Amino acid sequence: MADPVLRLDAVVKDYGTHILTRVLHGVDLSVQPGEFTALIGPSGSGKSTLLNMVGLLDRPTSGRVLIEALDTSTLDDDALTALRGRRLGFVFQFHHLLPEFTAQENVFLPMYSQSGWVSDEMQARAMMLLQRVGLEPQARNKATNLSGGQQQRVAIARSLVMKPPLVLADEPTGNLDTQSADQIFALLREVNEQEGTAFLIVTHDPRLAARCDRIVELVDGRIVSDRPNEARR
Amino acid sequence: MPFELFMALRFLREGRMQTLLILTGVAFGVGVMIFVHALISGLQDTLIKQTLGSQAHVVVRPQEDRARSLSRDPSVSIASRIEKSSQRTPSIDAWQPILEQIEQVPGVVAAAPTVAGSAFVTEGNVSKSVALRGVDPAQFVRVINVADKIRSGEFRVHGTEAVIGAELAKDLGLGVGDKLRMVTAAGRSDIFTIRGIFDLGNKDVNQRWVFVSLRTAQTMLDLVGSISTIEVRVKQVFDAEAISVEVASRTGLVADSWMKLNQQLLIGLSSQNSSSYMIQFFVMLAVTLGIASVLVVSVVQKSREIGILKATGTSTRRVMRVFLIQGGIVGLLGAVIGSGIGTVLSLIFSSLAKNPDGSPKFPVDLNAGLFATALAVATVTGLLAAVAPARRAARLDPATVIRNG
Repeated sequence: MADPVLRLDAVVKDYGTHILTRVLHGVDLSVQPGEFTALIGPSGSGKSTLLNMVGLLDRPTSGRVLIEALDTSTLDDDALTALRGRRLGFVFQFHHLLPEFTAQENVFLPMYSQSGWVSDEMQARAMMLLQRVGLEPQARNKATNLSGGQQQRVAIARSLVMKPPLVLADEPTGNLDTQSADQIFALLREVNEQEGTAFLIVTHDPRLAARCDRIVELVDGRIVSDRPNEARR
Repeated sequence: MPFELFMALRFLREGRMQTLLILTGVAFGVGVMIFVHALISGLQDTLIKQTLGSQAHVVVRPQEDRARSLSRDPSVSIASRIEKSSQRTPSIDAWQPILEQIEQVPGVVAAAPTVAGSAFVTEGNVSKSVALRGVDPAQFVRVINVADKIRSGEFRVHGTEAVIGAELAKDLGLGVGDKLRMVTAAGRSDIFTIRGIFDLGNKDVNQRWVFVSLRTAQTMLDLVGSISTIEVRVKQVFDAEAISVEVASRTGLVADSWMKLNQQLLIGLSSQNSSSYMIQFFVMLAVTLGIASVLVVSVVQKSREIGILKATGTSTRRVMRVFLIQGGIVGLLGAVIGSGIGTVLSLIFSSLAKNPDGSPKFPVDLNAGLFATALAVATVTGLLAAVAPARRAARLDPATVIRNG
């Protein structure tokens, strides 16, 4: 069996200095290549904190986060940033595109920031991804001139530009109407099936979770259930 | 194009109002800097040129006679007061080899022998005390270009020809071709024909100097075969002091540079420089603070974008460089515009007030070095001003930015 793209070993996260608040209580989790996993749980259950740990945006108080079997606790901040840029894709709830840039530029910026120089290849890959998400005609539009659904499509294209084995999506449809949400979800699913990219999707939406292959439920910083989605089988 | 430059240019282009604001600040700061510098260095240049218009850069003169003790034992004092010998005019004998020696000192452009002493000129009932200067015109014009300062006639002093200053000519009511009688302290007198009238830009010199030939002056002052001073012109005026030391050590004579003879002027120039640098420093400080504050605001406004960049793998160093480059660009671009503003201001100012001869009353010195310095100073200032905003950007936590949307 291949190494999991993500493995959490007894991840604990405390906040505060004098009064400690434990947000994650020794979370163990592993995501296999190509898995399409939903992370659900009520507000304040620690989903975003867990996603920050997985996304290497924050370090656990104790425990280990392994990306493709690489123990990230041994890496310094710069190495973490580089690893995040190369091996993880992000789709955020609020789209988080750079408003000063066009759709195409937003897509290739992660590649550009890694190499330091822009190339024709990068631009071509960005166009290919935009075509994939159905936004080729809007490639030269500024991010601010796109609808919410279009912006989220650009964000998905951006998350795939480095061909990461794992994409982390935080409420990717949270800000969209039902129709757009369905289209975005279908797109994520299509990428997952065609490219074999693993997805870890944080969602409040039971409809969305029900369409994932696996559902992990977090309550009060502990995984209370981790089950395959029987309905998908 | 490198990533950082691409980002910096885009951020500057999209934040047009802020960019315009900083650019205006930098441009006016640099403009003022160039204007103040050009004006002060122009004034200083004119002042030095005026001073050196009638003065050699280095004057070499004989050692003063020292009274020798009658006793060989220095502890024995015979007289309580020693008076200077006043009868004998100190002179340089066998001066030709010394002149050659001086001309070989590095940095020396020309050297000319002069015979100097006091005399009286009389015209009718009017008698004036003058400074008699015996020169060889061909050699002397290479040290002080009197030929260029001749208002009428020419700089020719053969036999009993003389060239006098404009003020003296006015006082005595004389012109070219007129005669004047000159009497020296030694009691020798002769009648000279005025061949030229000079204006060296110094009233005292114009009132007192009378040029005659070297040989005539030697005869008039009883210095046959000797000279009073050797006057030297150097390539770089501010090297004169060092050259004078070298000349003194090679010849064993006394050599005074124009700087030593005009210490008050130099102190004045240096205070002027200090105040000019102070003004420029505070202007650039204000510019720095201006750039820094606008960039800090920009970092705050762009914290979301910075967070996204960091979350998607842009290193902290790259993010810092994006803001440093923005500071550098506004510094450089502001300096280019400021150079234009400074030039226009300087030219307008110098054209406002003119001397009777048409030359500007406030000459300005605009040179390539000044612009290069302004560009470098403003660019470095921009970079320095961007350090604090860049560090602020580097400290931004992407997780916080993303969480807060």
